[in-house]
Amino acid sequence: MKGFGKYAIWVYSIMAFVFLLIPIAYTVAFSFNDSRRTNIIWNGFTLDNWFTVCEAQGVCEAFGNSLLIGLAATVLATTLGTMIAIALVRYRFKFRNATTLLIFLPMATPEVVLGAGLAAQFLQAGVPKGIGTVILAHTLFCLSFVVVTVRSRVVSLNPALEEAGRDLYASPVQVFWRITFPMLLPGIVAAALLSFALSFDDFIITNFNRGADVTFPSYIYTAAARGIPAEANVIASAVFFLAIALVLIAQISAGIRRRRLASV
Amino acid sequence: MAFTAFAGGASAPAVEPAARRRSPIALFLLLPGIFYLVLFFVTPLISLVITSLQEPDPLIFGQYVNAFNWQNYVSVMEQYWSHALRSAGYAALATLFALLIGFPLAYFIGITLRPFPLIQSLALVLVIAPFFISFLLRTLAWKQIFSVEGPVAGILSSLGALPPGVSITGTTFSVIFGLTYNFIPFMVLPIYATLVSLDLRLLEASNDLYGSPATTFRTVTLPLSAAGVMSGTLLTFIPAAGDYINASREFLGATDTAMIGNVIEANFLVLQNFPAAAALSLILMAFILVLVAAYVKRSGTEDLL
Repeated sequence: MKGFGKYAIWVYSIMAFVFLLIPIAYTVAFSFNDSRRTNIIWNGFTLDNWFTVCEAQGVCEAFGNSLLIGLAATVLATTLGTMIAIALVRYRFKFRNATTLLIFLPMATPEVVLGAGLAAQFLQAGVPKGIGTVILAHTLFCLSFVVVTVRSRVVSLNPALEEAGRDLYASPVQVFWRITFPMLLPGIVAAALLSFALSFDDFIITNFNRGADVTFPSYIYTAAARGIPAEANVIASAVFFLAIALVLIAQISAGIRRRRLASV
Repeated sequence: MAFTAFAGGASAPAVEPAARRRSPIALFLLLPGIFYLVLFFVTPLISLVITSLQEPDPLIFGQYVNAFNWQNYVSVMEQYWSHALRSAGYAALATLFALLIGFPLAYFIGITLRPFPLIQSLALVLVIAPFFISFLLRTLAWKQIFSVEGPVAGILSSLGALPPGVSITGTTFSVIFGLTYNFIPFMVLPIYATLVSLDLRLLEASNDLYGSPATTFRTVTLPLSAAGVMSGTLLTFIPAAGDYINASREFLGATDTAMIGNVIEANFLVLQNFPAAAALSLILMAFILVLVAAYVKRSGTEDLL
């Protein structure tokens, strides 16, 4: 592309980036709003919301519930999903295509169907809904994403390294923990972070299965009708900056490692 | 390729290790996860089928008993066909707009920015940045931006394009706008994943053979990124068709913009008409499965994961 076309894509893309970031800027800005009653109109700058985060009714409790659910679902989904991913790449077994389909389908099912299905099942089985049922539900929809993420890592792993370990008389357990697992770790960490993010932000499946327990998204949903308390903006902004910082650190350290490897 | 491209990025080589063994370890690795999926994915679907065929308990009001009342499907379709149609239309339009906005963005990051790896990875972070702010808060931010007190309505009404005191929220426009916005990253990431590994020499070759930029795009770039476009389309359309946040009254919608997700939610959680909610869920699921099956037929089962 020459001339105008070359610049057009820059202009278009920068406009698209701005568009994507507008609501984020808005959310962060309104965490500093001096919102005496509602947080809809700009009333002036204040840091108060950041220092009195937990004073809004229930917001910190909801945040704590979301953290707990996210951590539990991440541990469960990452463990189960990593095991499946290794088996899919490394072993031959019957019903392989059926297994692939079973892992793929939850990702292709709309959340509202997953949510309603689980709720119908808990209803029929007489299981009371609460944080426990939300953890079970989140583990389900994170599981497939873990398999997909870890699987691509297992595929790119060189089996010769494990063979070398076996040739040096390492037991299968030693081969796994000293060779396979460390090499899979970046993929497992990526899968865990993805699971946590998916769980933490989920509203639809949660809403069908939470009973009376409140998560951070369901708190926002309930508050939406009367305007979001600025404290929710504070928590969301803090989570945002933390996540961005983590991602940037990961990107930069990966970049440095690549450069160092290239110079060897 | 569908969902690998989304989650795994460009680094997934297609070569599988040749040494595939049969081993009891495979069973040990698979069983817990498969058991989980059967227990919390397959049986809930069966629960939905059972629930969708139930009929009201003749003795206790508000309770349902197992039956084979397939009329539930007929009555929900009679009652909610307009919602179903609206969901498909809204989701299709949102997918189209996400593609129009997302494709150039993916092209920019994957191809234009390729000489600058650091800027490229920062640009990718900007695309996923919206994921780090609550979905609901992002949507509410647009609601407030579009509200009567917000800047957009103010500018439009001072230009005379909108009567004063009229809000843009609660319209078809704002719902499709919200759906488009929320699912753009799902469109950009898989397309980016195919474009980032595209061999630039092919574009040069087309150029050397006097292909115009448009011809190169149509005959080289687009076919080579088709897998990403397909993935992105599914990843955008499926959640958009089932979404009920954007279209709900508390967010960007109004009563007359309700989508099938809103109806399922209302029937299940508010009206407690479980059979109707279950029947609607299964109709939505069947619709999505037909689309996915058509996709799989085009691209092959090996590429599912």
